[in-house]
Amino acid sequence: MSDWPLLSTVTFMPLLGVLLLLTVRGNDEIARRNLNNVALLTTLATFIVSLLIWVDFDPSAIETADSPGIPAFQMVEEHAWLGSTISYRMGVDGISMLFVILTTFLMPAAIYASRYAITNRVKEYMIAFLVLETFMIGVFCSLDLVLFYLFFEAGLIPMFLIIGIWGGKRRVYASFKFFLFTLTGSVLMLLAIMAMYREAGTTDIAVLLKYQFPVEMQTWLWLAFFASFAVKMPMWPFHTWLPDAHVEAPTAGSVILAGVLLKMGGYGFLRFSIPMFPVASADMVWLVYGLSLVAIVYTSFVALVQEDMKKLIAYSSVAHMGFVTLGIFTVTVQGVQGGIFQMLSHGLVSGALFLCVGVVYDRMHTREIKAYGGLVHRMPWYAAIFLIFTMANVALPGTAGFVGEFLILVGAFKANSWIAFIAATGVILSAAYALWLYRRVVFGKLEKENLKSILDLDSREKIILVPLLILTIFFGLYPAPVLDVTAEAVNHLIYNYDAALKAAADVASAAR
Amino acid sequence: MMMPDLMPAIPELVLAIGALVLLMVGVFVGEQSSKLVTGLAIGVLALAAVLLILTTDDGVTFNGAFVMDPFARLMKILVLIGSLFAITMTEGYARAEKFDKFEFPVLVVLATLGMLMMISANDMIAVYLGLELQSLSLYVIAAINRDSTKATEAGLKYFVLGALSSGILLYGMSLVYGFTGHTGFDGISNVFAQGDAPVGLVVGLVFILAGLAFKISAVPFHMWTPDVYEGAPTPVTAFFAAAPKIAAMALFMRITFGTFEAIRFEWAQIVIFISGASMALGAFAGIGQKNIKRLMAYSSIANMGYALIGVATGSQAGAESVILYLMIYLAMVLGAFACILSMRRKEGMVENIDDLAGAARTNPVMAFILAAIMFSMAGIPPLAGFFAKFFVFNAAIEQGMYGLAVFGVLASVVGAYYYIRIVKVMYFDEPQEGFVSIPSELRVVLGLSGLFVLGFIVFANPFIAMAKTAAKTFF
Repeated sequence: MSDWPLLSTVTFMPLLGVLLLLTVRGNDEIARRNLNNVALLTTLATFIVSLLIWVDFDPSAIETADSPGIPAFQMVEEHAWLGSTISYRMGVDGISMLFVILTTFLMPAAIYASRYAITNRVKEYMIAFLVLETFMIGVFCSLDLVLFYLFFEAGLIPMFLIIGIWGGKRRVYASFKFFLFTLTGSVLMLLAIMAMYREAGTTDIAVLLKYQFPVEMQTWLWLAFFASFAVKMPMWPFHTWLPDAHVEAPTAGSVILAGVLLKMGGYGFLRFSIPMFPVASADMVWLVYGLSLVAIVYTSFVALVQEDMKKLIAYSSVAHMGFVTLGIFTVTVQGVQGGIFQMLSHGLVSGALFLCVGVVYDRMHTREIKAYGGLVHRMPWYAAIFLIFTMANVALPGTAGFVGEFLILVGAFKANSWIAFIAATGVILSAAYALWLYRRVVFGKLEKENLKSILDLDSREKIILVPLLILTIFFGLYPAPVLDVTAEAVNHLIYNYDAALKAAADVASAAR
Repeated sequence: MMMPDLMPAIPELVLAIGALVLLMVGVFVGEQSSKLVTGLAIGVLALAAVLLILTTDDGVTFNGAFVMDPFARLMKILVLIGSLFAITMTEGYARAEKFDKFEFPVLVVLATLGMLMMISANDMIAVYLGLELQSLSLYVIAAINRDSTKATEAGLKYFVLGALSSGILLYGMSLVYGFTGHTGFDGISNVFAQGDAPVGLVVGLVFILAGLAFKISAVPFHMWTPDVYEGAPTPVTAFFAAAPKIAAMALFMRITFGTFEAIRFEWAQIVIFISGASMALGAFAGIGQKNIKRLMAYSSIANMGYALIGVATGSQAGAESVILYLMIYLAMVLGAFACILSMRRKEGMVENIDDLAGAARTNPVMAFILAAIMFSMAGIPPLAGFFAKFFVFNAAIEQGMYGLAVFGVLASVVGAYYYIRIVKVMYFDEPQEGFVSIPSELRVVLGLSGLFVLGFIVFANPFIAMAKTAAKTFF
């Protein structure tokens, strides 16, 4: 089993599905059903195979026997690719492995949710999603900077098409904004990658993680990577593409956007910014704190006044990502683990919330909050499920959302109590906008004429939402599986970060 | 008097004799000969390319005026591929548009001969002869559709500006000759080897580079490009966009990397400026364009700007990156023009970007390939264009040219706007009436180009190795 290139298999399996999709002819009802089934089965198979990664993963594997030992990248593959130095390298550690699983887990839900919502150009739609899945998994698996960049950037193409072709009224504007914003950030990162290559002579991530970049260079590299990840994340004030993209994207597009694509920014901070440029990260930490706090407080207020359900959830995503950056940059065990956990739980919860919006949108074809009210009378199942996800969004104890935010706040408190104080107001604000949204949509009298015949969740929608629900509650009650897997990698990250800062301080004091 | 060694110049001889024979065939067969001559021209070009691939006679001949080396060989093959496909693509166009002039293939062969001469020139006189043979043929080709006012305007404009640039080039050459006493490149670089570089030489080099910048349509010598691209018949534009650019860039490289290597810091400043200006102008001026041929003109200006980054580095990695860039550019531009040539409705050719609306549904395969080429031109991975830009910028970073690199990537984001706008028109907009079925020769070009753009990521290594071998010539 160990020789089998498992990561490449998982990464490129969706492309096999694409080949199958290409063989389906016609555009009638049967062809559409076949396309849906092929895509669904592909994503399910990918998910099942990706579980093998978790099974094979050894959280205690270490590369060298130092104290604490360097956690090894596992299931490493390496092949010559471009010239002599840039290779095709794949491998996962405790952090990236979870994101791979998150991606493969959300994909079947996204595909299944599109079954009846998407009726035109189904083949292209499914192909775009499967190609996107390959690129997303590739981002988390690649152990070479150029390969990482390639996957990171390539995801723009399918997402651009998904928003632009199957989106809402202002889809062209939203797709261009998404594309150009993300591209601008990324190209600067590309130059930074080249500068690192020039400096270190390799693009092997495992080697670069041990390489000490000169302090003055770190700042520039950090800023270039920040440009990319801050847009992707998105951090205030680079977030303006997100609400537009979310509102216009089809439901499945929003799910993947919120569930996976945003996480690439946080993953990037964890994989590159902090371990490779520790001194610069320490210098810039107040910039990140500042932007994160603004994101948490300001976008929460913005979310309060939204009239479009998707836009509201989009702004709440920005606020939650603010928590993530805050936690990651405290560089404490709690903060970083909380950040990772928050990303995973937000992937589940925001994905589910977008699916919930999709459920009513498919029935009424509007996302305006005003158009709804009193749904609980007609849709008890929907009301219950939506309630649990809303509570998870608010970070109610017992849901996955709580674990992440709590850990982040603990980490923030260790760094600075004022930061923790301001960030905690975000929790209250999130309760305000989320519960108010819930009340306006679900509670109240069922007055709208056209709502009187609305139907509750059908079995397909339950099949999509219930697994998300179970995981949300399971990880809320028992987060250990996730925290155990990441522990080794996070400990090492923090150990290295502290060591690098200490070394830099020693150099500085010696110079004085 | 000794007979010069002809072996290194065999492909040129084939083209020269071939062109004359074709002319005879055309004249004697008469009006109906266009199809025959086109076929024969393709054969002649292919024969020259095969000879280039098979022969390995490197060396200097004609008293040092003509050089054959790995760099020249690769560049000549690229030029021949460009010319070959450009002629091939005229087939369907000629049938539908009554574009059946046998002079066209003959002139293309003659122009290609001039280009090969430029690539192999090792003496300023040889440079000039090759360049003028190429240019004069191109002026005539631009205006070959003489009943169209646009085409005649394009031809005239090209001719006047081209003559001006030739004058500038000649003036620069005379200065260089005056200060060194040599016309041969070897003699000139020997002057540098002796350690003195008079100021007049630098001035002469500036004029030479200005003249060459005109040929690769780099800013500020680009003015002719949009009008000529738009005015000339589309297959002619396809030819202009590919082969002459490569030939002129090869000459540019031979002069900068080879002859004037010693005063790298002097010419690098000029190249940095025209590179930056070309990228910026190509990116911004393309935004407002409605005509797709005009858009391709600005796109080619920008592309030459990116390629010039590699030249500006003056390093071996830089030379490699330019060569690789030209290979990828050739594949993309031929594919793009194959798509533009497929834009035909029952009424005739259309060439507005809006005419592509909804092509994803009416002509899915063609739209897919054009979209891939557009994303590739925008430099989005995993397509070939990304690697072209990657190696160029990597070379720049390696030399510490951060300013130019940052400027370049930002310009590429601006340029990405108009490339993805074409994708938007094809994929997001409501379909119009479809295009008539695509002639088979265009399908071949489309398929090859699409395969290259999509597959480059997998089979990049042989191309990188080729570029490496060619670039070693200068170092």
